Amino acid sequence: MSLSDLLDFGPFFDNIDAILRGFWATIRLAALAGVFSLVIGTVLASLRVSPVPVLRAAGTGYVNIVRNTPLTLVLIMCSLGLNDTLGLTFSDDSGTTYYWWAVLGLSGYTGAFVCEALRSGINTVPIGQAEAARSIGLTFSQSLRMVILPQAFRAVIAPLGSVFIAMIKNTTVATAASYSEVVTEMKTLLDLPSFTSGAIPLFLGVAAGFLILVLPTGYFFGWLAKRTAVAR
Amino acid sequence: MSAGVLFDVPGPRARARNRIITVVASLLLLGLAALFVWRMNAKGQWAGELWNPFLKGQIWRNFILPGLKNTLGAAAVATVLALIFGALFGIGRLSDHWWIRVPCGVIVEFFRAMPLLIMIFLAFFLPNKISPVIAESSFGTLQRVLVDNFFSIFGVEINAGTVTVPAFAAVVFGLVMYNGSVFAEIVRAGINAVPKGQAEAGYAIGLRKSGVLLRILLPQAVTVMMPAIVAQIVVLLKDTAIGVIIAYPELLKQAFREIPPNFHNNILQAGIVVGAIYIALNLAISRLAVWLERRSRGSRRTAAPTMGAGGAPPAPGMSATGTATGAD
Repeated sequence: MSLSDLLDFGPFFDNIDAILRGFWATIRLAALAGVFSLVIGTVLASLRVSPVPVLRAAGTGYVNIVRNTPLTLVLIMCSLGLNDTLGLTFSDDSGTTYYWWAVLGLSGYTGAFVCEALRSGINTVPIGQAEAARSIGLTFSQSLRMVILPQAFRAVIAPLGSVFIAMIKNTTVATAASYSEVVTEMKTLLDLPSFTSGAIPLFLGVAAGFLILVLPTGYFFGWLAKRTAVAR
Repeated sequence: MSAGVLFDVPGPRARARNRIITVVASLLLLGLAALFVWRMNAKGQWAGELWNPFLKGQIWRNFILPGLKNTLGAAAVATVLALIFGALFGIGRLSDHWWIRVPCGVIVEFFRAMPLLIMIFLAFFLPNKISPVIAESSFGTLQRVLVDNFFSIFGVEINAGTVTVPAFAAVVFGLVMYNGSVFAEIVRAGINAVPKGQAEAGYAIGLRKSGVLLRILLPQAVTVMMPAIVAQIVVLLKDTAIGVIIAYPELLKQAFREIPPNFHNNILQAGIVVGAIYIALNLAISRLAVWLERRSRGSRRTAAPTMGAGGAPPAPGMSATGTATGAD
């Protein structure tokens, strides 16, 4: 084997099916985790500003615990702990149940960061807005839903974008939680004794795949942030 | 916090409603906890022999404390190297010369977009795979000399042409590349946040570019950057846990791969104990970040009051609490 064989993309394209399957698994995980984490984050942020102390404490406790735990630990606890040890399974098929636990773990983790971003957005809304909402007789949930949160969301689109980009990259950690995605496929290929010369093309290919996922997400949120910016 | 202005002081009806919500929410939370306790009981997870190991000094001495030492060691080495990387590339991106600015920008953006795990895999697997081929080529000698004289600092070994990278070096490499890029952005944003007049005043009294940077901009930028840097160090410390995937013997690996096989597979219990250690560590560092932020923004004012607690909103990317983006 000579040096030029190191850049031979042949073995990479021979296994392109497995790599694309891995990326599809990554996208499936990221898409659902994105939606769920947005919902969880919004609920948590509403809890943390609510008038009931118990709800506030629950929200704060959740965010403090989850934000300070490594994602690897969260995901392994979901798959090995809750699924395997406690038997809380979503389905009899192990692939499906590990997928749903990965989705739940990743969205529960990302949700805490969405909540914190939203809360900093609530802090940018001028006091007069909340006072006006109260003075026309809106209740807490009405003023939150119709006045405060819409403005808070517009203020934090850019930070939310970086939370989601981090989430897309974090899907790779799910490989530790028995969910087979692109890193799992990559590791399987690297471990093959026959896969000797394809290592550099494999890394270049996977890196390109993540750039394709991450860069447009970044541009989209940048564009959205500019479009929806509140003029003050 | 903004809770104060979002709702009126509750009247009698609101108080009654809040009391009902309190009871319902408490019951719900207690119910969840009870469900967990009941499920643990059904699976026999409260058994003493599963929890006892964590009360023994021997387990802490042999497994948990060495793991903690490896976690903190990797985090400390990576923090120092990443700060150096960040300072170089952050200042590089602000350079007046395009041939410095553009490559620095490309490198920083690339590593910020790459998952940490891919970078760790790159350092761990790639040299091992490609070094035998390089050893046969005309670069074989160069490879051996480089590994023997430079990369051996990081524990890299070469044996009959095959390079082996230890897990520690791979984890540190990944952490430095990713977090270094984040630090580079923090440095850039921090320097940009210094008012323009400061640099202009520096040039006006005859300082050169290096003088303005080192004596005027950096000292002021560092105070603004501190909270963001400490917040990123928390992220870095959490990210060392990814090392479990390539079997670096850090805290998580010790807890999940070494203890459970010896003690009736007590995975849940090990996870809870180790989770508590991580949370305590990170809360301590976050405290430091909050304190630093409070100290550094003490003297500034805002024009219009917002829902925040008063005081200037931190510069973009500079908040200890607002912009943390996860295990990135």
